[in-house]
Amino acid sequence: MSVSARPGWMEKPRPLTQAAKVLALATVVLLVCVPFLVIVSTSLASTQEVVDNGGWVLWPSEPTLDAYRDIFDGGIVTHALGVSVGVTVAGTLLSLACTVTLAYALSRPGVFGGRPVLLLVLFTFLFPPGMIPSFLLVKELGLLDSYASLVLPVLVNVFNLVVLRGFFQSIPEELYEAARLDGAGDWRVLVSVVLPLSKAALAVVGLFYAVAYWNSWFYASLYLESDHWPLQQVLRTYVVAGAGLTDATTGEATVTAPQTVQMAVLVIATVPILLVYPFLQKYFTKGVLTGAIKS
Amino acid sequence: MLPGVAYFLLFHYGALVGNVIAFKEYVPFDGLWGSPWVGFGNFRRMAEDGAFWDAVLNTLWIAVLQLVFYFPVPLGLALLLHTLTWSTVRRFVQSVAYLPHFISWVIVVALFQQVLGDTGLLNSGLSGAGLHTVDIIGDPDAFKPLVVAQVIWKDAGWGTIIFLAALAQVDEQQYEAAAIDGAGPWRRFWHVTLPAIRPVVVLLLIMRLGDILSVGFEQMLLQRDAVGPQAAEVIDTFVYHQGIVGGDYGFAAAAGLFKGLVGALLVYAANKVAHRLGEQGVYR
Repeated sequence: MSVSARPGWMEKPRPLTQAAKVLALATVVLLVCVPFLVIVSTSLASTQEVVDNGGWVLWPSEPTLDAYRDIFDGGIVTHALGVSVGVTVAGTLLSLACTVTLAYALSRPGVFGGRPVLLLVLFTFLFPPGMIPSFLLVKELGLLDSYASLVLPVLVNVFNLVVLRGFFQSIPEELYEAARLDGAGDWRVLVSVVLPLSKAALAVVGLFYAVAYWNSWFYASLYLESDHWPLQQVLRTYVVAGAGLTDATTGEATVTAPQTVQMAVLVIATVPILLVYPFLQKYFTKGVLTGAIKS
Repeated sequence: MLPGVAYFLLFHYGALVGNVIAFKEYVPFDGLWGSPWVGFGNFRRMAEDGAFWDAVLNTLWIAVLQLVFYFPVPLGLALLLHTLTWSTVRRFVQSVAYLPHFISWVIVVALFQQVLGDTGLLNSGLSGAGLHTVDIIGDPDAFKPLVVAQVIWKDAGWGTIIFLAALAQVDEQQYEAAAIDGAGPWRRFWHVTLPAIRPVVVLLLIMRLGDILSVGFEQMLLQRDAVGPQAAEVIDTFVYHQGIVGGDYGFAAAAGLFKGLVGALLVYAANKVAHRLGEQGVYR
């Protein structure tokens, strides 16, 4: 516990102000945490308890993993989970590779065509192409119903590009010069000097990409047949739009209440984010700021 | 560098060129280039379409509501967090507040349904207490406040980052000097804190203005069916339903192009105004 000392010139806060602050902050924390708690609890509750309670449970009296067992018995959700993981991993790696190389090229002074390319890229931020032309393009390229349609159209994100470029530019010029004197070419400089120094920025940008791929459902609904859907789109159909969960969804006859299965799918869709989040959280401010200051 | 450039050329500029479809009558058999030209016909149709203007009106309404009710929240929260001297608590609250930003809209909407839906947390509480239940999710009149509340829940915490950064850059000595000169907390806030974050506030306002015609496409699309297009249709969902669902590509692209042009113009105008006011703006 670190209580940083109040500077000498600052007056002691009044108890009333202090209480108001605590109240406000506690409200913020509760507003975020309670919905998550309800979802996790409901997914763990027994069918009887959920029915008795009218559809949700704040704290299960006898936690059971029935809902999760149903889901992982193979069926739409199991398959969708695989799709989501695959698209997220492959997409993030591809996006990072393309963003890093482009950002590196744009961060070095005197690269041939650097300035026009930068303007070209920034212009797309101001004037995005629009939904219909993008859709028709994917269609004409023959990417309909392929997983590539979830990745290629959103391969490089301008904001992430600007963040990385800013970070690369903040690396001292002396390091580049030293590497050059040692006879390192562009690739060598990038791999052995720039990337190891940019771990924080890479972590943040990687997280942004991964979250975007993991959370995306709209492109899937546009471009894919329903038996290829990723998790979020399945979630949309069965939880938000309220389509009934049939036996096909979970692989075998459902014995659990529909709510618990829905909540279990929600949990599965959220957990990966909750898992990576704490590890990357400390980099946020740093990563976001380099981007904000440069743009 | 090449893969990245190729991506932008193909998927941004390629698609940008695809906007010619707005001036054509799309015939699937003839493809994008073979379809016949119709000049400004799609735009004329758009101007006469009542549903389109309803969508524009909804968009502007939601944007204004967000500006008034959402925009001050992250600023206020940042100011509150900034005054905390207990850094453990501060970091904890920050971590919790950022979190919803990383949750997908599908999950956020599902969460709100669970809490506010007709069989949700709130209503089972109400009926348990013998009171009338309220159907917030399905009520068209409640839709606009609902979506603003969702945006606040999801992104207000994340929005504090940039304000906190601006606040962190204020020189501690300025506060000290002001305090020694006899300025109380409120005077210090007015004369030191506010001027320090003014450029960031202006910058974010400009960016919001440019984005004013894009209010949460995914968010609206997910909930449009529950309350109907009257309340929930915005320009983006209008484009989606006319084009992708209805197959009227030329017409939908015209509406999309209209939105893009107005948006770009707004950023340009807002930036000009910012310069007039002596601020930095988004670009020079």
